[in-house]
Amino acid sequence: MRNIKASSKHPWLSVSVLLVMACVAAPSLIAVPQSPVPQEDLLALSGEIGHPGGRLVISLRAEPKTLNPVLSVDAPSREVIAAMQADLVHINRATQLTEAALAESVKVSSDGLQYTVTLRRGLRFSDGQPLDADDVVFTFRVYLDENVHSPQRDLLIVGGKPITVRKLDARTLVFEFAKPYGVGERVFDGLAILPRHLLEKQYQEGKFEQIGTLSTPAIQWAGLGPFRLKEYVPGQRLVLERNPYYWKTDTKGSRLPYLDELVFLFVPSADAQVLRFQSGDTDVISGLGAENFSVLSRQKASYTLADAGPGLEYNFLFFNLNDLSGRATPDLARKQKWFREVRFRQAVSAAVDREAIVRLVYQGRGAALWGPVTPGNRRWVDAKVAHQPHSIDHARQLLREAGFKWASGPRGDSALLDADGSPVEFSILTSSSNADRMKMATLIQDDLKDLGMRVQVVPLEFRSLLDRITQTKEYDACVLGLGSFDADPNSDMNVWLSSGGTHLWNPSQAHPATPWESEIDHLMEEQLTVTSYEQRKKLYDRVQEILAEFQPMIFLASPDILVAARNSVGNFHPAVLEPYVLWNVEQLYVRNGGQNSGE
Amino acid sequence: MNERRQLAKWLIVLGVLHGVIACAGFFAPYDPLEQDREHPYAPPMKLHLTDMQGHFHLRPFFYPFRVREGSVDQYDEDIARATPLIFFADRSAYRLLGLVPCRLHLFATSGERVFLVGTDGFGRDQLSRTLYGGQVSLLAGLLGAGITLFFGLGIGAAAGYYGGWRDEVLMRLSELFLALPWLYLLLGLRAFLPLAVSPLEAFLLIVIVIGMVGWARPARLIRGVVLSVKERDFVRAARGFGAPDGYLLLRHILPETSSVLLTQATILVPQYVLAEMTLSFLGLGVPQPLASWGNLLANLQQYSVLVSYWWMYLPAVAMVPFFLTYFGLSSALQEWATPHK
Repeated sequence: MRNIKASSKHPWLSVSVLLVMACVAAPSLIAVPQSPVPQEDLLALSGEIGHPGGRLVISLRAEPKTLNPVLSVDAPSREVIAAMQADLVHINRATQLTEAALAESVKVSSDGLQYTVTLRRGLRFSDGQPLDADDVVFTFRVYLDENVHSPQRDLLIVGGKPITVRKLDARTLVFEFAKPYGVGERVFDGLAILPRHLLEKQYQEGKFEQIGTLSTPAIQWAGLGPFRLKEYVPGQRLVLERNPYYWKTDTKGSRLPYLDELVFLFVPSADAQVLRFQSGDTDVISGLGAENFSVLSRQKASYTLADAGPGLEYNFLFFNLNDLSGRATPDLARKQKWFREVRFRQAVSAAVDREAIVRLVYQGRGAALWGPVTPGNRRWVDAKVAHQPHSIDHARQLLREAGFKWASGPRGDSALLDADGSPVEFSILTSSSNADRMKMATLIQDDLKDLGMRVQVVPLEFRSLLDRITQTKEYDACVLGLGSFDADPNSDMNVWLSSGGTHLWNPSQAHPATPWESEIDHLMEEQLTVTSYEQRKKLYDRVQEILAEFQPMIFLASPDILVAARNSVGNFHPAVLEPYVLWNVEQLYVRNGGQNSGE
Repeated sequence: MNERRQLAKWLIVLGVLHGVIACAGFFAPYDPLEQDREHPYAPPMKLHLTDMQGHFHLRPFFYPFRVREGSVDQYDEDIARATPLIFFADRSAYRLLGLVPCRLHLFATSGERVFLVGTDGFGRDQLSRTLYGGQVSLLAGLLGAGITLFFGLGIGAAAGYYGGWRDEVLMRLSELFLALPWLYLLLGLRAFLPLAVSPLEAFLLIVIVIGMVGWARPARLIRGVVLSVKERDFVRAARGFGAPDGYLLLRHILPETSSVLLTQATILVPQYVLAEMTLSFLGLGVPQPLASWGNLLANLQQYSVLVSYWWMYLPAVAMVPFFLTYFGLSSALQEWATPHK
C-alpha cells in the first residue's frame, strides 16, 4: 500500500534533501588529511538519552530505485535517502514546524525577497570532507538544471523565475526570490545538499542521471545525514552505517546517531512484512494496514503498537472528465455527459456511506473525508466544509433534478436511466494490489446499487491503471489515494492546478476547462506568494469549498498511521508525516537487554 | 450386481449434493450480495435449544450479536433477545434453478439476522455465498468437462478412425495442447478483452478456456479405443456390407468408448471445478461481488483474514465431499465397466 500511495503522488513533493560538499583543493582522491577543524557547531537534541551501538532492521516494500536525492520519486528511495542526507532547514515531523538544520540561521529581508543563510560551523560530509557554501551553490544549480529533470525544480521557480543563490563567504549565502514566497523557509526542506567533490565531474559531463545508483561503491557516496552507505545486496538488503561526522548531539553531548547500523530489508508485500516483524526479523514496521494492526494487537507480545491518528493520505473516487473530443468512443462520450453533470457527482457523493468505509475498510482506524485535507492536518483543514450525511433520498432528488429517471430493471430492481433513456452503467478501476481500495470500491458499488446504477469494479495492476488514467484516458471512474509529504497546501499544487500532471480527473490542461477549475488555479497561485498564514489559509479554504461543491473528486476516507516497534526500540515517537518512524532515526536506540534482531 | 449397487449409491450422494447447490436459493437464508454493514466478520452463531433458565425449546433459537465496545469485529451474544428460526418462510425473492421465481426459504428469521457460518468483511452471509458460489464453480466444471469431452471425442475418433496423416496432425496438435501453459494463456487472453466484462461473459470465458485446453488427454484415450475397436470383427463385417464411415462410427465404434468417456467425465469435473477455483482465486474468474468458491477463498490471500477468521475457509471444506464423491463414482464406474472373470 505504501508503494501505491507513493507512486501516485506528484513527484515534486518528494522533498528529499541533498548535501553539497566543498572540495577546497584540486579534486584529488587522495585521502584528505584530517584538516584541523577549529570549532564545531553541533545541534543538541532534547529527548531521552539512549545507548550508543546496536542496529535497527526495517523492511521496505521495494528496492529503492536510486540513492540520488535529486532524482528520487519513489517512497523506498525517499525513505533511504532521508537517513543519509540533510537539508538547510528541516520540517520537524512531530511538530510540523520548521527548525534550523544545516543552516544555523535564516534571515529574511523585510520585503520577503532575500533569505540570508548562515551555515553551521565545522560541518562535514560522511566521508570527512568539509562542507562550504560552494556545495550549496552547486546543489541549487543541479536542482534548477532543466536537463536534470528534478521533480523538485518546480518548487524553486517563484513568480516564473528560478531562485538565485549567491555565495557571500564560506559559510554565508544569499537566496533571492522574484516574488515573496508563501511557504517561506519551508522551501529548503527536502532539498539535500550535495557533495560537490564527488558529483561535479559527472554532472559536467552530462551524466547526472547515472549518479547514485544502488551499485555505487560506498566510498564514492556521501551525505550530511545520520547514516552513510555501507553495503547493498541486490534483492535482499541495503545496509547503512553510522556517520561519525554527524552534526547533532544529545543533551549530554554525545554525538548522534546512537545506532551503529540501519538495515533495510526488501520485503515485497505488506503481509510478508508483518510476518517478518512477528518472527523478529525486523524491529519496526510502519504503514500497517488496520487489519494487520488488529492481528498484531491480538497477539501482543514484545512490541508496542501505536495509532498516530489520521495521516495525510486521502482516498477518493473520480470520474473521467478529460476532454477527448473525437477520440472518445461513443460509449464513453455518452457516460461523460453524466460525469460532467455536477448534480450527478453530488448525488454519488451523497449516496456513499463514508462511515461504513471507515468501519469496514479501516476497522474504525481512520476518518471519513469530505475534502482533501484530513483531520490530521489541523493547520489547514477547513472546518466550514460541510460533512454531508449519507442520504439516498437526497441523492435521488439531485438525480431527478438533473433529468435522470428510474425504470424497473430486468430483475425487478429499479434501474437508473439518463435523459435519453439509456441505463446508467459504468466501471470503477482500482489497483488490484490494494485491498483497502478494492473494498472501498465494493462498498461504493453496493451504495450506488441503491440509486439504480449498475457499477462494475475492475481491479487492474497499478501500472496499467496509471497508464489508463494519465495516458490513454480510457476509463470511466477510478478509486485512488494521494498522500502529501508535507502538511502545507503547496505540496498538493500539482493536484489542484489544472495544468498539473496529477490533476487526475483531467490532467495537464492547456487552459482550465471549467470556471471553477480556473478559480482554483488563481487561488493556488495566489497563496504561493502571500506570506501570512491567515491569508493563505483563507485562500486554501476557498479551494476546499470549491472542491466540496463541484466534487471533481468524491473524497472518501483517510487511514490512521499505524506503526509498531519492538519494546527494545527507544525514542519511538511515530509521526503522521513521512517517514513515520524514521523521522528521528538519529535518536532511535536499542535498549540494554533488548535483543538485536538477526537477519 | 454389487458393482451396480455401489454405482447407484454414489450417484444418489452426488445427486443430493448437486441438488442442494442447484437449489441454493431455497437453502440459503439471504441474498448472497446483501451486505450487513453492522456485522463484518461475524463468527458463526450458535443455535440453542435450551435457554438461560434451562427451559427446552422445540424450535431452535439464537442470540443476536452485539459489537463489543471499542471493537469492529468482536461480538458478544445479546442474551436478552433470543430469536427463533422460522422454517419454510417467505422471504427475499430468487429464482429456483435460475428459472422459477420463488420466495420460499428453508429457514429464516424475523428482525435479527442469523449467520450460521459467519459473515465476510462486508457482513455478507457466508452460508448463502458458499451455496451460490457453488453454482458458479460446479456449473463451470460441468460445462467445461462437457466441452472437453465433446472435442476429445470428435478429435480422438477422427484420428483413430482415419489414421494416416490426419492422425499424425491431430496427435501432434494434442501434444502441443498438453504442453500449453494454460494459466498464462488465460492471463494473456484476459488482456485482450475489454476492461469491464460482465459476469456472464467472464463465466463463459473461463468455461471455454478450461474446456478448450483439456481435450488432448481424452482425445488420446478415445483414439486408442477407436483404433482397437475398428479392427474388431463386427466392425469389419459392417464395413464389408458397405456401411459408410459415419454410420460405422456412430453405430458401432463410438458406443464402445462410453465407459472411457464416463470415467473421464468423473475425473474431469472435479479437476475443472478446481481450475475454476484457481482462476477465480487469482481474480480471473467471475468478478466481485458475485460469489464463486475461488473468489470466496481469495479473501484468504490476506494474512489478517487467514489467521483471524477461520470460517472463511468454508468453501474449501465444502468442496471436499464433492470431490470425494466424484472419485468414488469414478472407481465404481471402473469396477462396473471392467468385466470380472
